[in-house]
Amino acid sequence: MLAHDVLVIGAGLAGQRAALAAAEDGAAVGILSKVHPVRSHSNAAQGGINAALNPEDSWESHAYDTVKGSDYLGDQDAIEIMCREAPAEILALEHLGVTFHRNEQGRLGTRAFGGASAARTYYVADITGQAILHVLYEQLMKHSEVYRYEEWFTTSLVRDGDGHIVGCVARNIRDGAMELFAAKCVILACGGNGQIYNPTTNALICTGDGIAMAYRIGAPLMDMEMVQYHPTTLAGNGLLVTEGARGEGAHLYNAQGERFMEKYAPNKMELASRDVVSRAEQTEINEGRGFPDGTVALDITKVPRKRIHEALREIVNVGRDFAGVDITREPIHIKPGNHYTMGGVKTDVDGRTDIPGLYAAGEVACVSVHGGNRLGANSLLDTLVFGRRSGKHAAEHARNHKLPQVSNTVVDDEERGIREIVGRDSGNGRRVAQIREELGRVMDEHVAVFRDEDGLLKAGETVQRLKEEARNVTIDDKGTVFNQDLLGAIELGFMLDNAECVVVAALERKESRGAQFRTDYPERDDDDWLKHIDLSLDGDRPAVTYSEVTLTQWEPEERKY
Amino acid sequence: MPDYSLKIRRYNPESGQPAYWQQFDVDLAGCSCQAAICGSCGVRINGMSRLACNTKLGEAAEDAPNGAIVVEPMGNMPVLKDLIVDMDAVHWKKVQRVVPWLLPEGDPPDREYIVDPESMIDITQSMACIHCGACVSACLSMEVDPEFIGPAALAKAYRFVGDPRDAFTEDRLLDLAEDPHGIYDCTHCFACIEVCPKDVAPMNQIMRLRRRATSDYGIKDGNNGYGHEKAFSDLIEKYGLLSEAQLLPKSYGDGSLIRAQVKPAALKELTAKLPTVIRGLRSGKVSPKTALIHRKLKDQDQIRRMYKEVESHEDRLELNLYIVGDSDAEEEGTMAEGGQEG
Ligand SMILES: Cc1cc2nc3c(=O)[nH]c(=O)nc-3n(C[C@H](O)[C@H](O)[C@H](O)COP(=O)(O)OP(=O)(O)OC[C@H]3O[C@@H](n4cnc5c(N)ncnc54)[C@H](O)[C@@H]3O)c2cc1C
Ligand code: SF4
Ligand code: SF4
Ligand code: FES
Repeated sequence: MLAHDVLVIGAGLAGQRAALAAAEDGAAVGILSKVHPVRSHSNAAQGGINAALNPEDSWESHAYDTVKGSDYLGDQDAIEIMCREAPAEILALEHLGVTFHRNEQGRLGTRAFGGASAARTYYVADITGQAILHVLYEQLMKHSEVYRYEEWFTTSLVRDGDGHIVGCVARNIRDGAMELFAAKCVILACGGNGQIYNPTTNALICTGDGIAMAYRIGAPLMDMEMVQYHPTTLAGNGLLVTEGARGEGAHLYNAQGERFMEKYAPNKMELASRDVVSRAEQTEINEGRGFPDGTVALDITKVPRKRIHEALREIVNVGRDFAGVDITREPIHIKPGNHYTMGGVKTDVDGRTDIPGLYAAGEVACVSVHGGNRLGANSLLDTLVFGRRSGKHAAEHARNHKLPQVSNTVVDDEERGIREIVGRDSGNGRRVAQIREELGRVMDEHVAVFRDEDGLLKAGETVQRLKEEARNVTIDDKGTVFNQDLLGAIELGFMLDNAECVVVAALERKESRGAQFRTDYPERDDDDWLKHIDLSLDGDRPAVTYSEVTLTQWEPEERKY
Repeated sequence: MPDYSLKIRRYNPESGQPAYWQQFDVDLAGCSCQAAICGSCGVRINGMSRLACNTKLGEAAEDAPNGAIVVEPMGNMPVLKDLIVDMDAVHWKKVQRVVPWLLPEGDPPDREYIVDPESMIDITQSMACIHCGACVSACLSMEVDPEFIGPAALAKAYRFVGDPRDAFTEDRLLDLAEDPHGIYDCTHCFACIEVCPKDVAPMNQIMRLRRRATSDYGIKDGNNGYGHEKAFSDLIEKYGLLSEAQLLPKSYGDGSLIRAQVKPAALKELTAKLPTVIRGLRSGKVSPKTALIHRKLKDQDQIRRMYKEVESHEDRLELNLYIVGDSDAEEEGTMAEGGQEG
C-alpha cells in the first residue's frame, strides 16, 4: 500500500497546481496521471488566460462579464473569488517562468477574447496551456517531495464506513499491477468528458473518469446539462481553431457572404459569448445559409500576416495539416463542436465536495464559475485558482487528520472486475470503439446546440442500451503490459455514466439558458429555473435535486451582446 | 478513405518471444490529442521519426518500400511494447540533467519581470517542444554516444539560458560545455531539425548555446570544443565547405524549419545560425546561388538583397525563425514555402 497526506488524481493544470500548493504547505503529496503529465489535455489550450491585471481594468468588470457569460447560473461568490485572485495567479506563473507575451515596454501584453469587456487575456503565442503546463511540470521536477506516479490509471475511489474518502485503487499501466493508495484526502483533477461526443475538440483521454468515479461513490454532480459547443471547430475531426482568431479580428461569413453576426449580436459581433455565436452559426446552417459541408466560414485573412504568424501559429499548422487550407490566404470552414464540460463534481470555493476529504478542481469540478456558459480563457484560470485553493485546503485538512486504515479487499474487488473483462469471450460482445462511436454520434445529434424532448428521450434510450452492451464489451489484448484495450473498456463505463447524467439533466431543465437551448422551451425562465440541477447516484440511476444559485451583486438581466 | 498496408513492428515482453513484423490493412490511429499537440504518438515511419497523428498515409504510402508503410518504435530508447518506448529512461532523464527550472536571483518583483519582448518570443521556440522524442530517436550523436544530453534536453536548456529572468546563465553554460556529452557532442547532422514536428530546431538551440558559451562568456571547455569549432570554421573560411552549405537549402528551403518568407530577417538568422557557411559565401568559395537557392526560391534579386543585408550587419543576430513575418512582409512571389512534413 502506498500512502500520502494528499493524493492528487490528474496532472493537468488543476492537478499540478494543487500538488504544488499542497506541497508548499508541507503536505506529503502523491500525484497520479494516466498519461505523462505534459501529455494532459491542458496542453491543448491555445488562446490564453484571463485576469484583470491592467490598472484600467477591474476584477469587478471581469466578474460581471463572467456572470453574464454564465447566463446567471454561475455562483457569484465563487466568480468573485476567481476574478479577484486572477492577477496574483498570473504574476505567480510569470515568476515561475511562463514566457508570457510582452508588450513594447516589456510588460505583460493582452489580447481580446469573447464575452469580455476589456482585452484581458494573457497568452504565450498560441501554446498558452502547454507553456503553463510545462512550467508547472518544471516545478514538479524541482520539488522532489511531490511523488509522481506517471502512467497510472485510477479505477475507483475508496470510502471508509463513515463515508470519508480514504484513497483510491490504481493500475500501473506499465505492468498492470493494481495498487491501493491510502490518503488523508484526495483531490480529483481528471479533466472533462468531451469524448462522450463525436466530434470533439477534446483528446481521446478526456473520458470523464473523475466525474464518474466521484458519482459512483455518492458525490453529487451539478450543471451536467451545460455542455459547451465551441463556435470554431473543423468539420469531421473537430479540431479547434482558437477564439484567439476572432480576438485578433477574424470575421464569420455564411455561404452568401453575409457577416451574419450582425443579426445576432450587433455590438460584440464575433466576440459575443460562445453559446450565442454557436447558436447563430447553427441557425445559419440549419436555415440553409451554410456551405454544403454543414459549415460557415471563418476569415482570418483580415489579420495582418505577421500577427498571424506571431500569435496564431498553431492554427496555421492545424489549417495546413488537417484541413489543407492556408489560413493566411483563404477562409477556413468551421462549425460549432463539442468543447467543454461546464458541469462536474459539485464543490465549494475550496474545492470540497460533499464527501469528507474529497476535493475536485479544474474541468472535472463544478464550483460553479462557468454556469451555463464558460467564457473563453476562464477555464485555465479556473484550474489554477481552484487547483491552488484545493491544494491549500487539503494540506490543512491533512494536518488535522490521521492516515486512514484501508483494507486491501477493495483491490481484490477491482482485480476481480478486471479479470472478468479480460476473460470475456472475444467473439461475443461489441467492441469498445463501436460503442464509443455510436455514443458520440447520438450525443452530437440530440444533445448539442439545439435540444428538444424527443431528441433527448431518444438519446437517453440509446445510452441505456449502450450501457447494457458495454457490460459485455470484449477486448483483444489480454496482457498486463500497456493494455490500452482494457483501459478503454473501463473508460467506456465512465463515459456512459457521464452521458447518462448529461441527458437526464438536459431533460430536466425545461428552459433555455446558456449552452442549454431547448427548442420546446425557448425562453430563459428565472422564476422556475434559476437553480442548479444536482444529480446523485440512487440505485443505478441519477436522482435529481436542486440547489440555489448564489447571487451577490448582480441581479439577472436579459443578456445582449 | 483508401486502405493502406502497414507493416508494424510488434513486441510483447510478456510473450517471451522476440519482436516480429505484422502486416495490417488499417487506418493509423493516434494516441491522444490527434492534433500534434500532446507528443504521445512518436514512431518511425519508413525509417523517419515523426508523429503518427499528423502523418498522411497517402504520402507515407508513396515513399514506402514495396507499398507497405513500415512502422517501428522510435530509436535510441528501449522498447517497452510494440511501438511504445521508454521515454523516462532516456528522454526525461536527460531533461532532468539540464536543471530544467527557472533560477531567478532573489525575490520576485511585485509585478512581472520586465523583459525584452523579443527574448520571450525567442525562447518560446524551445517552449514549443512537446517532448515527443522524435529528435532523440533520430539523433546520430546519441546513437554513437548514448550519454549525449541530446537535442530535446539541450533545447530545453536554451529555454533557461535564453531567459533573461534566469540568474545562472554562465553556470549553466559552463556545465553544458564541460560535460563531455554536452553541447560539443552534437555533430551538426540536422536530423533533429528535420524531424521536429514543432519547429523547435534543436540543433539551432545547441548552436546558440555554443555561441553564448564562447562569445559571451569566453568559456573554453575541457573537451576543447571551442578550439575544435574555431579550427573548423577557420578551415571553412579558407576553403569553403560545399557539402555543409548544401545542407542549408535542404533543411531550410524545404520548409522543415522555415515555411514562410525567406527575406532579410530570415537571412539574418541563417547567418547567425551557420556562420561557417556565410564565411564560405564571403570567401567566394561557395556561391550564394549554390548555397542558398532552392528551386522554390527563384527570385535572384531577393537573394542579392539578402546577401547585402547580411554583409551590412556587424553584430551577431540572435533572432530566431520560430515566428516569422515582418511588417515589410514580402509579396507572394518571394515565398520560399514548402509543406513541412506532416
Ligand atoms: C482544444 C482546446 C483549447 C482550449 N483552449 C483554452 C484556452 O485558450 N483558455 C482556457 O482557459 N481554456 C481552454 N480550454 C479548456 C482548458 O484547456 C481545460 O478546461 C483545462 O485545461 C482542463 O484542465 P484540467 O487540469 O482540469 O484537466 P486536464 O488537463 O484534462 O487533465 C486531466 C488529468 O487527469 C488525468 N486523468 C484523467 N483520468 C484519469 C484516471 N482515470 N486515472 C489517472 N489520471 C487520470 C489525466 O492523465 C490528466 O493528467 C481549451 C480546451 C481545449 C480542448
Ligand atoms: S544536429 Fe546534433 S543534436 Fe541534432 S540530431 Fe544531429 S547530432 Fe543530434
Ligand atoms: S524538440 Fe521537437 S522533435 Fe524533439 S522532442 Fe521536442 S517537439 Fe519532439
Ligand atoms: S496524438 Fe498527440 S501528438 Fe499525436
